[in-house]
Amino acid sequence: MSSSLAAGLSPVRHTLSNGATAIVQESSATPAVSINATFLAGSFCDPDGLPGVADLTARLVDRGTARKSAAAIAEELDKRGVALRVGTTRHRMIFSSTCLAEDFDDVLELIVEVARWAAFPEAELVKRRAESITVLRQNEDNPSVRAGEALSELLYGPVHPYGRPAKGTVATLERIDRDALVKFHADEIRPAVLTAVVVGDVDAAKTIDRVCELLADWNGGPERPIVVPPPAVPAVRRVRQIPMPGKSQTDIAYGFTAIRRLDPRYHAYWVLNNILGQFGLGGRLADNIRERQGMAYYAFSEFNANVGESPLVVRAGVDPKNVDRTIEAIDAEVRALGLQGPTDAEMDASRSYLIGSIPRLLETNESIAAFLQDCEQFDLGLDYDRRLAGLLNAVTIDEVRAAAAEILHPEHAAVAVAGPETRGGE
Amino acid sequence: MHRRATTSIESRTVSDQLPNGLKVVVQEVHTVPLVSVWCWYRVGSADEGPGLTGASHWVEHMNFKGTVNIPREQMKGIVERFGGMWNGYTWIDQTTYVETAGRDALDQMLFLEAERMAYGLYEPAECESERTVIISELQGGENDPDQLLDTEVTATAFRAHPYGHPTIGWLEDLGAMTRDDLYDYYRRFYIPNNATLVVVGDVDATDVMKRAEKHFAAIPEGAMPQRIRAIEPEQLGERRVIIEREGTTGYVKAVFRAPAASEPDFFPMLVLDAVLTGAKGVNLWSSFRGVPPQRKARLYTALVERGLASTVSGAILPTVQPYLYTLSFTAIDGVSLADVERAALDEIERIQRTGVEPSEVERARHQLRARLVFDNDSVTNIAHQLGYFETVAGPRFLPSLQRRINEVTLEQIWDVARRRLTSAHRTVGWFRPTSRS
Repeated sequence: MSSSLAAGLSPVRHTLSNGATAIVQESSATPAVSINATFLAGSFCDPDGLPGVADLTARLVDRGTARKSAAAIAEELDKRGVALRVGTTRHRMIFSSTCLAEDFDDVLELIVEVARWAAFPEAELVKRRAESITVLRQNEDNPSVRAGEALSELLYGPVHPYGRPAKGTVATLERIDRDALVKFHADEIRPAVLTAVVVGDVDAAKTIDRVCELLADWNGGPERPIVVPPPAVPAVRRVRQIPMPGKSQTDIAYGFTAIRRLDPRYHAYWVLNNILGQFGLGGRLADNIRERQGMAYYAFSEFNANVGESPLVVRAGVDPKNVDRTIEAIDAEVRALGLQGPTDAEMDASRSYLIGSIPRLLETNESIAAFLQDCEQFDLGLDYDRRLAGLLNAVTIDEVRAAAAEILHPEHAAVAVAGPETRGGE
Repeated sequence: MHRRATTSIESRTVSDQLPNGLKVVVQEVHTVPLVSVWCWYRVGSADEGPGLTGASHWVEHMNFKGTVNIPREQMKGIVERFGGMWNGYTWIDQTTYVETAGRDALDQMLFLEAERMAYGLYEPAECESERTVIISELQGGENDPDQLLDTEVTATAFRAHPYGHPTIGWLEDLGAMTRDDLYDYYRRFYIPNNATLVVVGDVDATDVMKRAEKHFAAIPEGAMPQRIRAIEPEQLGERRVIIEREGTTGYVKAVFRAPAASEPDFFPMLVLDAVLTGAKGVNLWSSFRGVPPQRKARLYTALVERGLASTVSGAILPTVQPYLYTLSFTAIDGVSLADVERAALDEIERIQRTGVEPSEVERARHQLRARLVFDNDSVTNIAHQLGYFETVAGPRFLPSLQRRINEVTLEQIWDVARRRLTSAHRTVGWFRPTSRS
């Protein structure tokens, strides 16, 4: 078995007749294995008017099956030193776990067991719903979360799948009953939308065989096209202030809707985001807000492109008295980059950084598994890690300038501000 | 270079010491084309006297602000050109700096760390600018009620030892410290004989040693800094702190005096914590990574499974001097903090009465063994682990860690539970939310 990933990934992929896909990457760097089983079934699939079903399903799915009680599953996990994490994003429900190589067969079987035969016991629903409500209440008290959620709603509108609350609300969680979870599980957790990635100290061929054995008799509906509607809100300046007395610092979330992951301009936007708010401590934004003005511990931008038009978001946490100055600084940096584009030096630096950082994207088994999930979901190819440097190197300054000119308009930005002593209103 | 240490087959590390006292630890890992460099200093918030709280952390920030040979505006880009990340952190016993990048960046990373060790500029305007950045960092932490409670509980648990103040410092000290305070502090502690350089990755150990000598040998050895000699007096009774502030969620903490890493009690406490809350990584960084396996842990079943708390966590970390064993609980919406506290203390008292089961200890040992494997999942984490234990517990701690865990007996666990988790050694904190008007 090859133990080195120094020359790049060499995953093995197999698709079953029911649509499930298995991808295995061998790595014997440590006697451990990471499993990432992802279903394309996130909050996007929540029923209309009932956000939170996907997230609550994830909380309950490993708390009892037709054959095993929650306590029995807990014992199987804990005695192997394994934590099974089940979580959701807008488009995914992700079952992930890292275990010792000696425990791999048992842990894989357990993950398949809970994904296929989750029983959603009523008593577990009561407990996990209370936990979810507590998390929502914690989020209500978190300026960073409040600003982020408000920004999503400003950008997409409250009913758009990218704008509505991914974890639901207290009111919707209280309305979600066991039938809703069972239906979500039956409709959405199915082999056609499953990619199981295994990375670590395993034999690829044997692992593929084992996955096939565990999944071959599982049937479900075919994969459906995912159509994300365009943002339902006009791109004009929108500001929302969320007063949170008692807090020390104000969080700012500022952003635009941008492109889809499969847009051909994706890599140009990636470089643009790096220049705006990533390079070094946080690109141009941190140079201004943190380094020159000393106003914030963090100021950066992020761009996580997804199936639909995805947000480019600027974040900063500042003293309440510096909110206006910080927003002015963000506007100034956004405007300048939008009007003038990057410099040649910035292009060179960011390209070198992004190309050089590819091995760090693949530093751990878990990060390799996540990378391969992206390759599969967006059909990037299993050699994407080897092609990525060429794709980034091919991005021209004109392409980044065009991307900047297209998106970076302060007059189109949505701005959410959460913290003490906020002023004004929408 | 003196070859004072030799290769350890067990840990696959090579360590040497330069004539100026800098210890260099290298581990070759050729599975990825990366190298991680960490430079560790034996200085942390435990070294800060009155009026200087937060100095260690502020000094760490200043060491990203330019040196004699690296102008401030050129600091950014040295590692990034190679696709690298760089960062630093400060805690109670240590300050450390990290770069992880492609193997071609090794020389640049060593150059950066050598500059940091000896040639920091500490321009007055930069110190002033960073003052407000750090205050912003502090205020960001205060937004989190759990962190706010942690600060207050820790300060309440200590009366004499500087472990009691927050690593970021008290706001008043951050407002008053001067550039000269920072520079003096920097010069006292940033000397090669108070540091360890750790290099892990796709390197040749002999080559690393030569490069380390090239970059660091000219830095003179310094007088070892005087440490604050404070011994925390015995706690004679329970202490309590209650914070009432605007919020939505209640939090409870119970902290107990913990043994230092060098004390025999440390290992039974580590296993006891795994029984109570599930095993996590044994060093600071890895202790935060991921959720521990804890669904069968005593406090999880007593609080989360009974619908009293949404989260339960425990923390015992290797430290130079006795620190704290911290238990933390998030109350379920609508559950009283008194009920959360009572359930947690009842479970601890149950262990004090009857001890723990052999099956629980077996499970805890397996969990800890797995965590020690998982903590070696990257060159960055391997290097962190080597440097952390070298700095706070000495070179023999990590190679013997698994054996020491395996040797822990049921009687030892019962003994530390009875001696250490008593009400007299306990500080309890509540964050009781009040509604926003």
